[in-house]
Amino acid sequence: MSKLDSKIPEGPLAEKWSKYKASMKLVSPLNKKKLDIIVVGTGIAGAPAAATLAELGYNVKSFCFQDTARRAHSVAAQGGINAAKNYKSDGDSVYRLFYDMIKGGDFRAREANVYRIAEVSNAIIDQLTAQGVPFAREYGGTLANRTFGGVQVSRTFYAQGQTGQQVLLGGYSALKRQVSLGKVKMYSRRQMLDLVIIDGKARGIITRNLVTGEIERHSAHAVVLATGGYGTIYYLSTLAVNSNGSAAWQAYKKGAFFGNPSFVQIHPTSIPVLNDYQCKLTLMSESLRNDGRIWVPKEKGDKRDPNIIPEDERDYFLERRYPAFGNLVPRDVASRAAKERCDAGFGVGKTGLAVYLDFRDSVKKQGEKAIKGKYGNLFDLYEKITGESPYKTPMMIYPAGHYTMGGLWVDYNLMTTIPGLFAIGEANFSDHGANRLGASSLMQGAGDGYCILPYTITNYLADEIKTKLPSTDTPEFEEAAKTAKERLDKFLSINGKQTATSFHKRLGHIMWNYCGMSRNEEGLKKALQMIDDLQKEFWSDLKIPGKVEELNQELEKASRIADFLELAKLMALDALNRKESCGAHFREESQTEGGEAQRIDSEYSYVAAWEYQGDNKEPKLHKEELKFENVEVKVRSYK
Amino acid sequence: MKIKLNIWKQENPKAKGKFVKYELDGVAEEMSFLEMLDSLNEKLIKEHQEPVAFEHDCREGICGSCGLYINGRPHGPGDEIGTCQLHMRAFREGDSITIEPWRAKGFPVIKDLIVDRNAFDKIMAAGGFISIDMGQAADANAILVSKEAADKAFDAAACIGCGACVAACKNSSAMLFVAAKVSQFALLPQGKIEAKRRALNMIAKMDELGFGSCTNTGACEAECPKGISIDYIAMLNREYLCASFSETE
Repeated sequence: MSKLDSKIPEGPLAEKWSKYKASMKLVSPLNKKKLDIIVVGTGIAGAPAAATLAELGYNVKSFCFQDTARRAHSVAAQGGINAAKNYKSDGDSVYRLFYDMIKGGDFRAREANVYRIAEVSNAIIDQLTAQGVPFAREYGGTLANRTFGGVQVSRTFYAQGQTGQQVLLGGYSALKRQVSLGKVKMYSRRQMLDLVIIDGKARGIITRNLVTGEIERHSAHAVVLATGGYGTIYYLSTLAVNSNGSAAWQAYKKGAFFGNPSFVQIHPTSIPVLNDYQCKLTLMSESLRNDGRIWVPKEKGDKRDPNIIPEDERDYFLERRYPAFGNLVPRDVASRAAKERCDAGFGVGKTGLAVYLDFRDSVKKQGEKAIKGKYGNLFDLYEKITGESPYKTPMMIYPAGHYTMGGLWVDYNLMTTIPGLFAIGEANFSDHGANRLGASSLMQGAGDGYCILPYTITNYLADEIKTKLPSTDTPEFEEAAKTAKERLDKFLSINGKQTATSFHKRLGHIMWNYCGMSRNEEGLKKALQMIDDLQKEFWSDLKIPGKVEELNQELEKASRIADFLELAKLMALDALNRKESCGAHFREESQTEGGEAQRIDSEYSYVAAWEYQGDNKEPKLHKEELKFENVEVKVRSYK
Repeated sequence: MKIKLNIWKQENPKAKGKFVKYELDGVAEEMSFLEMLDSLNEKLIKEHQEPVAFEHDCREGICGSCGLYINGRPHGPGDEIGTCQLHMRAFREGDSITIEPWRAKGFPVIKDLIVDRNAFDKIMAAGGFISIDMGQAADANAILVSKEAADKAFDAAACIGCGACVAACKNSSAMLFVAAKVSQFALLPQGKIEAKRRALNMIAKMDELGFGSCTNTGACEAECPKGISIDYIAMLNREYLCASFSETE
């Protein structure tokens, strides 16, 4: 059998999950107590997974690199979380949510997985509400909804512009409850350095205690990675600066396949780059496009104050190009349209790399108070950074690296190609195809953590009840710990002249220019060479102060950047391989006359799953064919 | 601009710390405060000196990682901002800036400007949750919550757990932090069932971990990056009092 068995259950789409659940193997409560699970990451996938597994009775070890689980980067998600509740009676349904995601992902996601996440979406809202997550309410006391890009229904639940924070804190509180009950042991301030495999199965991890520098070993019956995405590879992105791809990358190097690594979402509405010192870009939620209108002047290089530019001299380019969805087209479409205008010389602001997001009409129509109620904290955030008030002057925005649809390849059980190693949330490649729709990352992360993994991991662990918790003194642990330590020592021994951050910045430039919003063969080949050169320079001229056995933030950075330098090559390679455009992956060679992404279904209707073959060796490409039995595959149009 | 920095350096929890002076040139006013520290660190590394350790992550005021005591104020000059949202436009050429870690018994220093806020996790584990296992919840709209109550609960829940309230308080009290969580749940029907236990247990844990008492000075509210009101402390007091006088469960 091919290693790429997606294990999609038989039967009609709408019945697959329920029938499969009913046929899964179980583990008795007594046996659950004998089984240990490691969950790495405490975001919107990891915290719920750890909490729910503990509720079931397993012994959970939960890891995060932050000082506390509550700071995982899901905390920064702003706009909302989707569910097919159809509380608005506007024609929503599980099927509609499924279809929107499949289409939004440009027909590059697996039908069965996407349907399942849509199916469990309602239970997540129920659970979060029961946990006391203070979602926005109508005056009658029911939950409020709003609309996000790429859809024509209102299915997004929200808590002002801090939905991620509230949803994450729900998971965090569930986690803390299990800590208090002794079912979860927390390991904060730990960076995972390696995965340990014994007899072909994931059995543990190596971590570095970020306070003492100690290299630690942890064993378990199964390992779950909920370590998020790798968008910080661009250096400047909307992500928290310490977010990284290292855990997933180490798993890849231990044999887990990496799915669609080049599929990265560039978010259209971020505050533009303001200066050279910036180390991150701040997102302005997609929800703003409900009431904000995006435009540039019709005249090239028009430097007038936007407020005095008359209506007929403004080009509302999204409304012009996509009348059906207008300002609420999906993110990839909106990002490319903004880039197109800026590249053509119509961009605004000091750098010309920005477009306006204007609330003038909404403020006039609904009043400042109503707008404040919906977006108050986002407007404040914008004003704090730029010094300008969006109530009075249009926001300036530009696309920025945001979310990675790509990630570890997983089957229907959310298990990677390494038995016993699961990947959930953004860390897997699973549900968003080539483009993610707004407010579906919280949904997917929470769905994986609360609803799906607890079942599928049980199915796996049912065959492990006789396995004793592995000792951490085995040769496999010895070897992994030794290799991890040697690598850290090596960073310190280079003793060159350039800082870790300076390398990260340069890598970010390469990736943004050649493997960002727009890609072509020549650029990608050039990028591969440039990354190679940069990597050599990194390993010969890096400067890391201090020592391993202490809190050493520069060492932490170096370790992540070393991984990024390798991952960057895989991203470029994947982008080079996929000669079609699809979703966020835009190959300039494959576009329609109108400049829209052109898929080539006859050749690329597959998931690219890459297998590591050793350093400096070309990874091996495996293809998982995508079959669409429940939707008609067509040109994705938002016109 | 050129600025003078006076920064607390402490090698580890047991070491004796001291202030170290640095001078930094080329500081632009559109830099964020943390970007200024980044550039100081880049300079120090190149000059073979130890960089300054400080905590940070999201850099947009929501994760609660960063927290520096700047010129005598948690999160520095400016209202309702985290340290990461402070910009150098708040300072002038030649200014002297003193940077310290949070100073509180409950938050021991780990290194330089990094403190251990694990105590907050412990307080949360003592009752900062609603006991509901996955799968037990009824349809979300089965629980009706008035918009006013939901909004008030949200305002309390906006706490980012940074610890500025403790750092600002002359008694190093964690009352605003505890109040925010207790009030969020007290305002919602879902939280009422465990309300008594929650208030009693979280307060007991707070006391046990060495945080002081509240004397209603209001410094916490003034320095909270999320503008959480001390009205919630009044709500906590009421919850606590009611719980103390009622029968034990």
